[in-house]
Amino acid sequence: MIEYALYFAFACFGLGLLMNIYRVISAPAVGDRILALDTMVVNAIALLALYGIHKGTTVYFEASMIIAMTGFISTVSYTRFLLRGDIIE
Amino acid sequence: MLIDILISAFLVISGIFGLVGSFGLIKLPDPMMRLHAPTKATTLGVGGALIASMLYFYFVVGNFSFHELMITLFLFLTAPITGHFIAKTHLHLMHKPADLPPTGTDRPWASYESDGERQSFEEAAKTGDA
Repeated sequence: MIEYALYFAFACFGLGLLMNIYRVISAPAVGDRILALDTMVVNAIALLALYGIHKGTTVYFEASMIIAMTGFISTVSYTRFLLRGDIIE
Repeated sequence: MLIDILISAFLVISGIFGLVGSFGLIKLPDPMMRLHAPTKATTLGVGGALIASMLYFYFVVGNFSFHELMITLFLFLTAPITGHFIAKTHLHLMHKPADLPPTGTDRPWASYESDGERQSFEEAAKTGDA
């Protein structure tokens, strides 16, 4: 039963990633593009967690931790660059 | 059996929330509405997936790991910050201060106030108290 639920969740998050890629390519404004990139990071973390369940290992949690941190920092620096024209003042 | 049902339910719910969050990013008409879907629904979805993974590794595999809890906590802490920053970027790039509703005071909205204006208002408040 867990197997089928896993496949369902994989499909949902994969579809979500595709929607985000579509949004990154055809964003009406730059704010939407940053938002889509941020959502892509979150969806990638979810996919990594699901893959960890699928394979039965906990190796992928370190990777998703690092992805979470770099995603947060990249989003903040991107928005900050747009707001101030500079990241570290 | 019961734990299988619980883990499966968490996985399905997290998948639906993640899909709704990403779909809302495409579907909703206004940029500020679009900000709403991924920052809330997708964060909840990823939290559900990580909780399912924690339950799985504790009850099925048999070793407890704190990593998922840490990732969930980190995401729940950072989601409002990124949402705030993206909203602020959108406001400053797409709107003029004149488009916004009035604040009801002499001062403009805090995000649009320049440093000089803020200083003069604070000095005026100080001399008013004295």
